[in-house]
Order: sequence, then structure tokens, then C-alpha cells
Amino acid sequence: MKVLVAVKRVVDYNVKVRVKADNSGVDLANVKMSMNPFCEIAVEEAVRLKEKGVASEIVVVSVGPATAQEQLRTALALGADRAILVEAADELNSLAVAKALKAVVDKEQPQLVILGKQAIDSDNNQTGQMLAALTGYAQGTFASKVEVAGDKVNVTREIDGGLQTVSLSLPAIVTTDLRLNEPRYASLPNIMKAKKKPLETITPDALGVSLASTTKTLKVEAPAARSAGIKVKSVAELVEKLKNEAKVI
Amino acid sequence: MTILVVAEHENGAVAPATLNTVAAAAKIGGDIHVLVAGQNVGGVAEAATKIAGVSKVLVADNAAYAHALPENVAPLVVELAKAYSHVLAPATTNGKNILPRVAALLDVDQISEIISVESADTFKRPIYAGNAIATVQSSAAVKVITVRTTGFDAVAAEGGSAAVEAVAAAHDAGKSSFVGEELAKSDRPELTAAKIVVSGGRGMGNGDNFKHLYSLADKLGAAVGASRAAVDAGFVPNDMQVGQTGKIVAPQLYIAVGISGAIQHLAGMKDSKVIVAINKDEEAPIFQVADYGLVADLFEAVPELEKLV
Repeated sequence: MKVLVAVKRVVDYNVKVRVKADNSGVDLANVKMSMNPFCEIAVEEAVRLKEKGVASEIVVVSVGPATAQEQLRTALALGADRAILVEAADELNSLAVAKALKAVVDKEQPQLVILGKQAIDSDNNQTGQMLAALTGYAQGTFASKVEVAGDKVNVTREIDGGLQTVSLSLPAIVTTDLRLNEPRYASLPNIMKAKKKPLETITPDALGVSLASTTKTLKVEAPAARSAGIKVKSVAELVEKLKNEAKVI
Repeated sequence: MTILVVAEHENGAVAPATLNTVAAAAKIGGDIHVLVAGQNVGGVAEAATKIAGVSKVLVADNAAYAHALPENVAPLVVELAKAYSHVLAPATTNGKNILPRVAALLDVDQISEIISVESADTFKRPIYAGNAIATVQSSAAVKVITVRTTGFDAVAAEGGSAAVEAVAAAHDAGKSSFVGEELAKSDRPELTAAKIVVSGGRGMGNGDNFKHLYSLADKLGAAVGASRAAVDAGFVPNDMQVGQTGKIVAPQLYIAVGISGAIQHLAGMKDSKVIVAINKDEEAPIFQVADYGLVADLFEAVPELEKLV
């Protein structure tokens, strides 16, 4: 079966971001960008499904700026077969991305779509669920285990109290949690081979998708800074401070 | 303006997260209705009528809504949503699972994890793991929002007297089914609602050493959390993880033991009132946010702390 994987280019997870002085957003000039960690897990899961003989083709797609080609090449180096870039402005809302992905799903007709559960920049945790709504497919969010069995997929989900397993009819949407797998590294030969794999670029207009949005960001601020605390010398001093100064125990 | 709050419930009781969500709805202003969807939820609906500030409880009692499968619950919420100005749910795994599906079906953006209400259409929410706070305005006809529960003080669970109305609509998409669940059992308070949280990280060394934290927590009446490093190393189950990708807590007192303080972890606990760090590495980033830091070997400090409190 065909598996579609969506990936996003985001600021690297190790970067401590700074808010711009004019409060218009976060300063991303000259900041290291990478594939969103949850998307890496999605690519890895697709590649493992192919290695098990479950998946026959892996198509990786990104909706974003031209520079997202780098992340698509990374996905190709990790084992995806071909890539699609829906070239659009940066900082789209989840619904706009879900609509673009819906158009790609209509075109490609995958049996399984795997996305990360959230992007570490917007922290929305919405796109997979929205794509499921637009396609009418079942959704298995926050997956820590995915097992395809015939025309169904069993997904074990991380929920607040523990784990829950659901069975979904294919085609279905799955979003990955951190514990689904440990993504591999791309080897140099695979990075070289990835340069020859097909990467198609299309526009939202060509897909007939409107990226209009019902929300707008008025401003972005730095969070209130915590004032520096003190170092105590002993456990006794710590307990004394907690009891008498902070009054929390 | 009328606001619909999708209730979170478990084991026949209203979950505390629902009370924080009603508090957020009260800040927006207007009538507040609560939807209780599930199977055999009469008791939950009864409890929901007593929540302060709620004027009506809608009850959708149907086998299709058991286990809150989003394929079935989302169409129900969408059908009801058209009569409301706002649809709110707590940013729990259930809320996050269902509400974006609702928003897409209504063709509106969803706003995730708000931490404050500026006005009926303007909200604040953290982005970049809590390293920036965005103020967003929605022009949607129905504003679909998840609420970060630690951002709002819970309303009283008693004292209200809402009317009950049954919702007949049954939506069964037939695309998904519940297979089973494995819930972690604990006698300690729930992590996201606890007044005191004791958390362990990689410095605990192994899962067995968490017993030191459990006995300290029991003495303090605290919940026990963990960093991602401790979860990934298999010391404790993942539902104990505090952080950007785990649970967000804001207790009165957070005690971080053997946790370095990565950005990902800080995102889940830096709104705690008082933060205590116990770590033998005095350069650990956790000391930059800790109100009280103790540079010491946790295996000596934690038992001593337990004795003294």
C-alpha cells in the first residue's frame, strides 16, 4: 500500500528562540532549521512499514516555503521514494495545511497518512485531526504502536491515564508520539542517492486550495521571566525556607 | 453569546479539567452549557449540573460515544456547535483529539491551549515550547478552543443548579472501534491537579530508585512526575512525563530531582509557584529557574528531605 508522510521545516529543537523587538513574531533569521522531531518519527515509521513489506511506496509531502526542500531531501535520504512540495508562505495555520494535504491525498490516494502529533514551533497539535475530518477518515492520534492487519490498522495511543488501543478502517490518519520509534540517521550514500529521487513542486492554486484563515496573530511576546532564586547549603535550610519563606509545605 | 464546554469525564465522574475549562468560559462571558457525551453517563450529567456557573447540561448517552472516539463525537459536537459562539474543551488528550476535528468540519481554525482570555475573540497561548506567548484574534463564527487547564483556577464543583437536556442525535461513523486500554494505577493525586509535584530525571539512575521519590511524595501528599529522559530510559511509564510533549503542570511546589532542565521539560513546569531543584551538577540549567537550588547528591538529599518534612 501507499503511505503518505507529511513533514514540516521548523526551528531546530535545541535552539533557544528570541522574540523580535517589534513583537511581530520569533526571530528566525540565521537560526538553524530542521525537520520537526515528530515528523522524523513519522518518516521512520513509514520506512519500517516498507521494510516489513506492508508499504509499497512512501510519498513525503511538505506544505511550506521553498527551503522546505531540504527537509524533503532528508526524508528521501531516510528511505522515502518521492517528494511533493506544496509551495506556500511560511507560518500557515493548521487548517490551511490540512486543506493542502487533503488535496494531495485526493490525488495520491494513500492507504495510510502519517503525521507528527505536533510541530514544536506552533505547538498546535491539530493538522492530523483536521486532515482526518476533511477526508472523512478515522484517526489514530498520539500513536506509540501501529500495526496494519488486512484492511484495518490497530493503533496504540498515549492518553492521559496510560494507553488506549483502537482499531481503524483503512484508509486512515495516524499521528506519531515520541515513543513510536527511534528515527535512524541518513547515511552519506543515501543522502547522495536522495538527490536523484523525484521532488515535485506544486502551488496551492494548482491544487485549488484556499489558504484563508480565521485567526490572526496580534503580537508575540517573551514570557514573564522568573527571577533568579537562591542556592541553599543544606536540606535543613531548604525545608526551613519552604516552610517559613515560601510557605508551601 | 452562549458557550458550549465539552466535558471531560472518567469512571462516572467529571474530571477536574472540566472545572478549569468552565472557568475559562466564565472569563469569556455569556451562558455556559456543558456537553456530556458517553455511554451510561447519567451520573456524570447529574454531577455536571452542580458545577458553578453552568446553566444547562446536554447529555448525549449512546454506545457510539463510549471511549470518546473522535469519529463519532466530533459530528455530534459539530451538530450542536452551530447554536454557539464558542466551543471549549480542556487541552487533555481527549480534547486535543476531538476539537481540531470539530473545527475542520466547521471550516474554522482551532486555537490550542489558551492560557488567558483577553476578550471574547482574543486569547493568549504559548508557542515554541512556552518560549513565546502569542496573542491571537479569531474572526470565526464559532470559536473552537482548547484550554490549558493550569492557566485557569477551577470553578466550584458544587453549588450550581443547571437544567438537563437529552440530546437524541446518534452519530456512528463505523470507521473506528475501541480495542482496549491499559491505565496506570496510582493512589497519589492526579499529576496535573496536584498541589505538590516531585519529579525525577535521568539522575535517578534506574526505575527502582524512584521509590525514594514515591515515599517523599506520599509524605507530602504529592504527585510524582518525570522528565522525558527518565521515561525514555524506561524508569517510569510515559503518562508521568512532564514537558512540552507530556503533561503541563503548575503546582504550588515543584521539586525537580536529578533533572537537568532541558527546554522541553521547562515548558511543562515553569509556571509552578515555587520550584526546587536538587542536582549534583551546579551548572544544570534547572538552577536558572529554581527558586531554591540545592547542589547535592540526590540519594543523600531526598531521604534527608523526607525525614525533615
